[in-house]
Amino acid sequence: MSKSKTKGGQGGKRRMSRRDREKRRALLLSILAGGALTGLSLAGYYPIMTYARAENRLRPPGAIDEHEFLASCIKCGQCVQVCPVEAIILGDFTDGFGNGAPYIIARDQACDFSCDATQCILACPTGALSHEIDKKEQVRMGLAVLTRPDTCLARKGLGFKGLARGENFKGKHRYIEVDRWNPILIADHPYDLELCDLCVRECPIKGAIKLEPMSDDPNDKRKTPVVTDKCVGCGMCEMICPVEPPCIEVIPRKKYGEA
Amino acid sequence: MNLFAESLRQMLGAEPRRPEKDDYTEEARKLHEFKKTPEERERRRRLLAEELANKKESFAWRKWRWPSIIIINLLFVVSYYYDIQLVEGALTASRVLGFHFADLNSALQVMLAFKEVLINLAIGVTTVAVLWWLVGGRSFCAWACPYHLLSEWVEMLHVRLAAKGWAKDYQLDRRLRTVLYVVFAVLAFVTGYTVFEWVSPVGITSRALIYGTLGGMVWVVLLLLIELFFVRRMWCRYMCPIGLTYAVVGSVSPTTVHYDLSKCLHEGECRKVCLVPHVLEITKKGRATKAQIDIGADCTRCAMCIEACPTGALSFRIKGLDKLL
Repeated sequence: MSKSKTKGGQGGKRRMSRRDREKRRALLLSILAGGALTGLSLAGYYPIMTYARAENRLRPPGAIDEHEFLASCIKCGQCVQVCPVEAIILGDFTDGFGNGAPYIIARDQACDFSCDATQCILACPTGALSHEIDKKEQVRMGLAVLTRPDTCLARKGLGFKGLARGENFKGKHRYIEVDRWNPILIADHPYDLELCDLCVRECPIKGAIKLEPMSDDPNDKRKTPVVTDKCVGCGMCEMICPVEPPCIEVIPRKKYGEA
Repeated sequence: MNLFAESLRQMLGAEPRRPEKDDYTEEARKLHEFKKTPEERERRRRLLAEELANKKESFAWRKWRWPSIIIINLLFVVSYYYDIQLVEGALTASRVLGFHFADLNSALQVMLAFKEVLINLAIGVTTVAVLWWLVGGRSFCAWACPYHLLSEWVEMLHVRLAAKGWAKDYQLDRRLRTVLYVVFAVLAFVTGYTVFEWVSPVGITSRALIYGTLGGMVWVVLLLLIELFFVRRMWCRYMCPIGLTYAVVGSVSPTTVHYDLSKCLHEGECRKVCLVPHVLEITKKGRATKAQIDIGADCTRCAMCIEACPTGALSFRIKGLDKLL
């Protein structure tokens, strides 16, 4: 091991032995290094207070309150591994205390409960995804909100023909009428609809969203999507919405009836 | 001087203590005396000259240890990639063939932050504690930790650079690790976040390998660069709370590196390669208080000292195995 030389005679400290000087320098360097590491570790607060805060991170089904979720998640990614549509991704370093914690980008790949039995919850070793939930209907990840009603095709009385998200879209969905067990690419499933009802048609939760007429006039084809209290916030409607940007989006952690 | 207490003191960062006169066993005292006799000195000189003449490097254990780290970490990757459910999760927590495993330090941070312990986690912690207790505690570091391997490679480079004067090995105070351990435990408890987990190069490297979350590797590379140019093995030696957690487990482990005073020529080759040379202080001339000593808690069982020792004075030993057989 190379012992670094200490410069002699640092301002009247000549009485200290070389070994003592080395020890003192080691101590000072340690305080510096330890302080730097502690300081850096606390900087992990910044992301979760700003861009990676609760409303910006759609956590997997069963996630308990955000603070407790981040406390209890052991950052192992077992939930990621069991998801059949690979909806769950892990936060990276830029997520601060959310580093390694799972979340979903619904527009890219929503949770469509292809697994039937909330596999991610079963996989979670710490209860960050609450084991008290065992049915998809009990989940409350967030709430679907019609954020851009003006662009909604159904509200304009328009139909939809073609691929919902284009041919290059990588997202998957389980179409029960196509294959009961395996999700397929949305790009492999063209539609031909007289009135666009994709958000209602592909919603995995019965009665979570419905189309209601916009007027009493029977000749008025226009309908509007209405989200009910059964919505679990899985984000399927956000993923399938053919309009860019989507008219309907999931607001993470939002509860039904809350402003 | 109680050797176990001394090993715990050293683990927490204290300087190794010189033994008192009454600390020595009769056998050890006689051996030290014997080594001072002219004939024995002459024999030592001869042996050292012989050694110098035919120096050979041994990687008897490293050829198992490096593959061990690589295979353990690759198992996670392969298992996920081919969906064969062999080892699911990451180093922080996993299921091995369906059984819960949880890294002791990650689990501790979660328990402190969450203040609640789920049965799955308790099972995982127990399994892992028993497993690593059996094989040596900090053997986790040398035989499983991916950061350890990266750091070991960087260390090899560091030694070369240092020889050319391009790198320096600034010493830090080893008590730093204990302080940081407390700091991170308190931070987890007070903030309710697993603060350590976001800067832990171990979890970051493991997840980067398995899930491709590469952002954190910027931090890991920065740490490695500091180790390359300024402080040899900084993270493992002076900082890592995971190492301390497993050192506690290893303090009472049956698997140890064993020191035989009678075979030792006190050349110091072992201390030169050791990640935690304070545990080998007993190999200095006149320091061993017993003729046979098991190396202390902080030892990572990496076996580099065993490989480096030209006389076979250091070897693996499983306590009680001789009695069992």
